[in-house]
Amino acid sequence: MSLATDNSAFSPAAAESAYLAGPREFFSLLKPRVMSLVILTALAGILIAPHGVHPVVGFAALTAIAIGAGASGALNMWWDADIDARMARTRLRAVPSGLIAPREALGFGLTLSFLSVMSLALIANMLAAALLAFTIFYYVVIYTIWLKRLTPQNIVIGGAAGALPPIVGCAAASGSVSLDSIWLFAIIFMWTPPHFWALALVKARDYERVGVPMMPNVKGADRTRLEILVYSLLLAPLGLVPWFTGVGGWLYGVAALGLGLGFCVHAVRVYLVRDGLDANKRAMALFGFSIFYLFSLFGLLVIEHGFGLLARWGL
Amino acid sequence: MSAVSSDPTGGLTPAQLRNRRLRNIAIGLAVAFLAALFYAITIVKMAPGLILKGAS
Repeated sequence: MSLATDNSAFSPAAAESAYLAGPREFFSLLKPRVMSLVILTALAGILIAPHGVHPVVGFAALTAIAIGAGASGALNMWWDADIDARMARTRLRAVPSGLIAPREALGFGLTLSFLSVMSLALIANMLAAALLAFTIFYYVVIYTIWLKRLTPQNIVIGGAAGALPPIVGCAAASGSVSLDSIWLFAIIFMWTPPHFWALALVKARDYERVGVPMMPNVKGADRTRLEILVYSLLLAPLGLVPWFTGVGGWLYGVAALGLGLGFCVHAVRVYLVRDGLDANKRAMALFGFSIFYLFSLFGLLVIEHGFGLLARWGL
Repeated sequence: MSAVSSDPTGGLTPAQLRNRRLRNIAIGLAVAFLAALFYAITIVKMAPGLILKGAS
């Protein structure tokens, strides 16, 4: 929600929506799909922690981190309601469609932020709680409020917020930040630009109409394709690091190699095919593959470490 | 002093009343879940091996 933007397009309906929205609409404020990725990456951070953690504490910490991620999503939707209302991809969200009033989304987000940070402090430790609070602050204030409408590097810098959950998870489980969790942070950080820019290539007009300076509508589609390729070429070897450090097993290593190559092939196709509907298809194919890539890598880490823990607990 | 409305629905439509009821149920379930979770954590912090042997 920009201070300089007229919000009247959705405010009257929102003002009457005190009891219009049900639990489903409030749940949608949490950005469930983003939250699922946060849960997976934070779980990987918990499982690779040096000392291990009691499963009940690990589950509770993961719940708190997930709620914190959802709170960030709600606050993001509160602030961005004005541009969401004018973009095809987001205009049906609960706030711009008038189902939830902006003040309700704000209150919901702040309440969950407070609840998640305080809970993590009680469940795990102060370091994890401080890191979760920083993640929420970074996503909402640094990315959403400040950078998103200021610079085409918004995704690059703002991507750090989405990359922090493995570090928060590791801190919750062990009380410290391990080098392994920093490598996982680096993978998500490097993955974010090609993931978002692939979508931005297709939705460039939408972003341009609402004045969000995404890479394709500021530097151009060709420059964006080049940057996607560069980030992808850097990401592929980075994905192998957990294998080299011993955090990932053979299953992870083989998958990281294959998926990294696949990521680069998709990026090369996006770089080469620049015109027509086929160009959009290639970009959306990379977007879809990037989600599969991250879910697969972190899913395999969870499986490899999860089986080890189950054996340790005698289950 | 304004008169107190005799309308028990507060002027809300049936859909709004239904959504309010669903929201109340959701909040109740969330509070119950958190209470159970914090109860379990309290037990685990007092006696880590009670729920699952071998867990630290």
